[in-house]
Amino acid sequence: MSPGLVLLIKIVVVLAWFVVLALLLTWVERKQSAVMQDRIGANRAKILGLRMFGLFQPFADAIKMMFKEDFVPPFADKTLHTAAPFLSFFFTGVAITAIPFGPPLHLGRMVLTLQVYDGSAALLFLLAMLSLGLYGILVAGWASGNRWGLIGSMRGAAQLISYEVGLGLALVGVIMVYPSLRLSEVVSAQGGLLFGFLPRWGIVLQPLGFCIFFVAAVAETKRVPFDLPEGESEIIGFSTEYGGLKWGLFMLTDFMEIIVMAALMTTLYFGGWQLPWLASDGVHWPWGGHWAMAGGLVAALQIIGFQVKIAFFCWLQILIRWTYPRIRYDQLMDMGWKALIPLGALNILGTGLLLGLK
Amino acid sequence: MRNAWVLFWAIIKGGLITARHFFVNLWFHFLRLIGFKKFRPGAVTIQYPEQTRPIPSRYRAAHRLVKRPDGKPRCVACQMCVTVCPSECIIVEAAEDPDPEVQKIPSRFEIDLTRCCFCGFCVEACPEDAIRMDTKKIDIAARARNDLVWNLDDLL
Repeated sequence: MSPGLVLLIKIVVVLAWFVVLALLLTWVERKQSAVMQDRIGANRAKILGLRMFGLFQPFADAIKMMFKEDFVPPFADKTLHTAAPFLSFFFTGVAITAIPFGPPLHLGRMVLTLQVYDGSAALLFLLAMLSLGLYGILVAGWASGNRWGLIGSMRGAAQLISYEVGLGLALVGVIMVYPSLRLSEVVSAQGGLLFGFLPRWGIVLQPLGFCIFFVAAVAETKRVPFDLPEGESEIIGFSTEYGGLKWGLFMLTDFMEIIVMAALMTTLYFGGWQLPWLASDGVHWPWGGHWAMAGGLVAALQIIGFQVKIAFFCWLQILIRWTYPRIRYDQLMDMGWKALIPLGALNILGTGLLLGLK
Repeated sequence: MRNAWVLFWAIIKGGLITARHFFVNLWFHFLRLIGFKKFRPGAVTIQYPEQTRPIPSRYRAAHRLVKRPDGKPRCVACQMCVTVCPSECIIVEAAEDPDPEVQKIPSRFEIDLTRCCFCGFCVEACPEDAIRMDTKKIDIAARARNDLVWNLDDLL
């Protein structure tokens, strides 16, 4: 097959996976929050009497949104108001292309990398796309011509600046340990062992960096403990003047951001598609045993392992969203500038010292 | 610094509490799903139209008029309920009854449920025990306001 066709198929598959998982997450969020709060959650949507634990709810929501009026307020800039949700959606959708989903597959003579864009600066590309996603929110608030919307988008911008620095500093530690910006190389570098038994995962080598990254990543998704751009109960936020499918697109982007962040956390700190002690020829136990496995089975295990890790981090982010109350704006700024950035700098210093001593 | 650790631990603890709720409830949901009914349900939800919570015996629900053995209302149109009603939602008009033991009978008895506050004073005031609120009917709803003005036929 020509490389172009392979690329096209990969793009379609990844996009389909991404959007379906995001739709599924809307259901997971409702059900998980319900179970956490001793409730049942949405379970009434049914097709032919089949309820399936409310799994049809995302489709019911989508149909409802489609039939709502596509309203643009008369004081809004029509072009930008319409473009904003698509901007937001586009940049988040593009960000997932840099994530490696599994080990390179050898199919006959062809080597199939399970990654759409394996650039030499893929990590920077991903970060750039995630930051550009904010433009959707900024444009939405600005073009709405609504003061609440504008306050929300300005808060979003200020929040992004204060968190992006901490996020970047945490990532510098990762780049120092696995000296590459190419995400596929970062993942394959995590396959080795430390002291003969610990997997060389980012969480082992960069525990402080992971804590900083985790807080910053949760802030990046703009969900509840850090949902100041939206702030449903105080300002309605950047989506004040949105309804119907455009609002639905913003919500879908929210869930897509959760997935991107979960995938990034997995890739950088939890070994990506690497499973502990699983090499390409089977399991090598640290106490010295060896279970031989076929290459196809190992690859399947690794791909499934990656999905399970992503699912776990999505679960964790939803748990956080339904546990903690929103923190105040100045507290958020304090945390960004006075805690995360100094800790990030400390992390770089410590990593540098250890690398120099070795 | 100590304060920061207390704060950090409190944050972790909150997450652990909600995670515990999640897993415990999920476990009980799962037990129900595979057929073990003797444990507690995974949620406290009462799925309303299909399930209702047990209504207490003294619950003040929609009104009814009590009948005599011959099917006529016990009400003697004494206007006590009309007098005591704080919402002024009861209208009673009297007519003559052929039975000399009874003498008066309501020719018109209306309760405007849109105004009723379900205080139960009418039940307390009635000397004949003719009006009661023991129907246990709590889902009183209608598409038109007039449907909520209940007359003698609706109440009997």
